[in-house]
This record gives sequence, C-alpha cells and structure tokens, in this order.
Amino acid sequence: MSAALLAAEGLCKRYGAIQACRDISFEIEEGEALAIVGESGSGKTTLLHLIAGLMTPDAGEVRYRTRDGVIRNHSSLSEAERRALMRTDWGFVHQDAARGLRFSVSAGGNIGERLMALGERHYGRIRASAAQWLERVEISADRLDHAPWTYSGGMRQRLQIARNLVTSPRLVFMDEPTGGLDVSVQARLLDLIRGLIAEMGLAVVLVTHDLAVARLLSNRILVMKDGEVIESGLTDRVLDDPETPYTQLLVSSVLAV
Amino acid sequence: MTKPSTKDLLVVEGLDKAFTLHLHGGLRLPVVSQVQFTVARGECVVLDGPSGVGKSSILKIVFGNYRPDAGRILLADGDRFLDIAGASPRAVISARRRIMGYVSQFLRVIPRVPAIDIVAAAAREGGLEPQAARARAASLLTRLNLSERLWRLPPATFSGGEQQRVNIARGFAGHHILLILDEPTASLDAENRDAVVELISERQASGTGFLAIFHDEDVRARLADRMIDVSAFSMSEAA
Repeated sequence: MSAALLAAEGLCKRYGAIQACRDISFEIEEGEALAIVGESGSGKTTLLHLIAGLMTPDAGEVRYRTRDGVIRNHSSLSEAERRALMRTDWGFVHQDAARGLRFSVSAGGNIGERLMALGERHYGRIRASAAQWLERVEISADRLDHAPWTYSGGMRQRLQIARNLVTSPRLVFMDEPTGGLDVSVQARLLDLIRGLIAEMGLAVVLVTHDLAVARLLSNRILVMKDGEVIESGLTDRVLDDPETPYTQLLVSSVLAV
Repeated sequence: MTKPSTKDLLVVEGLDKAFTLHLHGGLRLPVVSQVQFTVARGECVVLDGPSGVGKSSILKIVFGNYRPDAGRILLADGDRFLDIAGASPRAVISARRRIMGYVSQFLRVIPRVPAIDIVAAAAREGGLEPQAARARAASLLTRLNLSERLWRLPPATFSGGEQQRVNIARGFAGHHILLILDEPTASLDAENRDAVVELISERQASGTGFLAIFHDEDVRARLADRMIDVSAFSMSEAA
C-alpha cells in the first residue's frame, strides 16, 4: 500500500478560546476531489490553510508525498522548500482573485511567472504557453497583455486557475472558487474546473459552503462543525442520506430551485 | 449466507434500511427489511410494488447512494465480490466508474453544459479517448432520437422526455456490466420507449445485467426476466 498524496493526522488549531480545528485526520490520493463543507466559522478555511502549509498546527501533522516519492512532513519543510512546492506542485485558488493574482502585471505575466519559477527562461515559449492556457480557460488570447484589473470577476477567477495549472500541479487547494460570482458565471466556471480536474488527474481539496458546488466537483466530503469533522464519506451519500442531525439540517436548509 | 455463484453480478441479502429524521424529534421511518435478491449476467430484474414501497431506495442503496443499516450488497468485481455495504468511499467510486451505472429519474447536471458534452463526459469516464467519446455520445443520442439541433444546447430547456433521453444516453455511455435504472421510460412516447427497450436488450445480449423499475406494463412485459415484489420486504405504510 503506497502512502497517500497528502495525509493529515490529528490536526488541532486554537485561536485563544476558540478551537478552530480539533483532531482532524484524512487522506487524499492523486485524482481525488475532496470537499470540506460547513458554515462560516466551522473551521474549514483554517483546515485548508493548515494542510497547505500556510499555518502551523498546534498539534498533529501533515505529510505530503513529493514527485520523487519521498514523504515530507510539513513541519520539516524550510520556508524556501514550502514556497517551491507552492509554485510548482501545488496550486491555491483563492475566493478573492486579488489574493491569487498580481494586478500590476499582465495576464500573460501572471501565468508566465509560475513557469519562470520552474526555470523556464525562453520568452517565446512562456508567452505561447500563457496564451494557450488563457484559451483553455476560455479567455481570448488577445487579452494576454491586459492587466487582471481590466478583467471581470469570472475572468479573474479563470485567470487565477490558469496561473495555478500552468505548472501541472498535482494538488490544488481551492477556497470558495465560485464564491462571490454571478450565478450565470458560476456554472461555466464549475464546468471548467470539473473538466480540468478530470483531464489533468488533479487532486483537489475544495472548501465551500455551497453544497451544490461540493456535489458537482467532489467525490468525497468532510462536514465540519465547531472545528470538528462530524460526518464524512461519499459526497452524494452524505448529501442524500445524511446521518448526523447537523448535516440533515444543512442539507434540508438549501433552497431547491 | 449464500455463496454467490460466478454467474451472479449482484447478490443482495439481509438488507435493512430506515431513515432517522433528527429534525423531527428523531422520528424513525423504516423503509425495507431483509431484502434479498440476485441479478445474473445478462438478466433484467424488475422491482415491483406500489409507489412508496421502497423500490427507489433499494436502487440507491445498491449504487451506494444510501447507507444500509444491515445486510450485504455483493457486486461482482472480476472474479471477486465487493460488498458495497461496507466498502470505502474510494472503492464505491471505483466501482461506479468500472462496474455499475445508474440512470436516475431526473437529469441532474451542471447548468449551461451542452447535451452532447454531458454524454461525452460520461463516455470519457468510462475510459474512451475524447474523439471516441464524442462519437459514442453522438451515436447514442441518434439512437435515442434526440434531434441533432439540440445536441449543442444545455438540457435545461428540453422537454421531460428529451431530458430523460440525455440521461439515458449518459447512463449507457460507459461500459458498466450492471445498470441500475429508475423509471427510464416514464416520460417517453411509444417510439422513444421502443428505442430504449432496444438499447437495453442489446446490452443484455452482451452480458450486462439490469436492475430496474419500470412502470410501463408493455416495457416490463418485453424486458423483465424476473419481477421482485418489494412489498414483501417493505416496512413502509405503502405496503
């Protein structure tokens, strides 16, 4: 049995009197999409930051299997190593595109930057790759030289995805990737993300409060409440036959249209 | 417990299911108890009984969508059997990709995705290359008489019958050896019902087993190798 791509074990994090995460363990394999759902304040974003190495847990550990098969503990990574992983092997799609993009740099520059971090120096190839990725996320390549602040919300989010995926990462963290977008824009974006996950065999950890998004993008799910995982399993089973009172409440509170 | 034979695709035994409604004072709604049946290769087994008796619930439990309280659901996986009742989420996901497919009563998809892309995506999941997947989608939609001018459109604005045919095409796009059908012909006219019956018969002839609910008498008469009266297992008041 080979080790999981990412494994979290006994993760705890406390902010003063608030226990944001309590004893959380799970694993994710290549090509799997795991959703973390719960209401605001349930600890889901803290959990995402812990496993992405953006925050240090009070207790527990996160292990990641690198491309050469070595299992690395997050706490053993130097800051430089963690940054290198973040630029190559991992992606992070923020709800707020401003956190995931550099607004002063052109769209092409935003995408090219990650390629350069991998050592690519050939301007023509970087530009061609960037143009190709823009089209792949359904943005016309003639917007390559425009800065992201000229883009609409949905386009910024797609640009952020292109920037993250250009280096063919193995694991992508997503924090409410469709949050704050118009419903009409959300649907296309969801379809795009779903297609890319399938085509590239990406592993994804997705934080969302939107159960419909979790259903469409993930195959496994963790339900969080007050810093704990209270239910987990197959996404459609947890949503269609929820076991705990809280999950039943969450599922039954969604407006059906 | 019986030992499944090599011709069995699916062996269900001792299956119990009840829902506990925590938002309604922990009310317990028993659905079925001690369900027992098998589906062999190339066989079409139809679940029968009045509305509310638990037929759809049984289909959902077999597909791993509902959690059973007791019992075994043995699904043939090569020369082994996988117990869906106790399988890990990962094992169920893998079984759904390789072994069993499900056609629900209603089409549920991402809005604004064209019909042909929905079907092609299912064929891709079944292991076909993009071009072959598209060709397979086109051939299924053609066989199901879905007008070609609709292929590029998302199904949201389609009629019930058209949506259902997209749903069936999606369910048949993979290479599953067990297909679970929840009233696939409910909203179809006679001509389209025929197309579906033909499609099912063809797959049966090639060894695919079916576990289905059909309300239409004519469809049952033409397809059912065996009928299972779910009332016999039902704990609901409908029985």
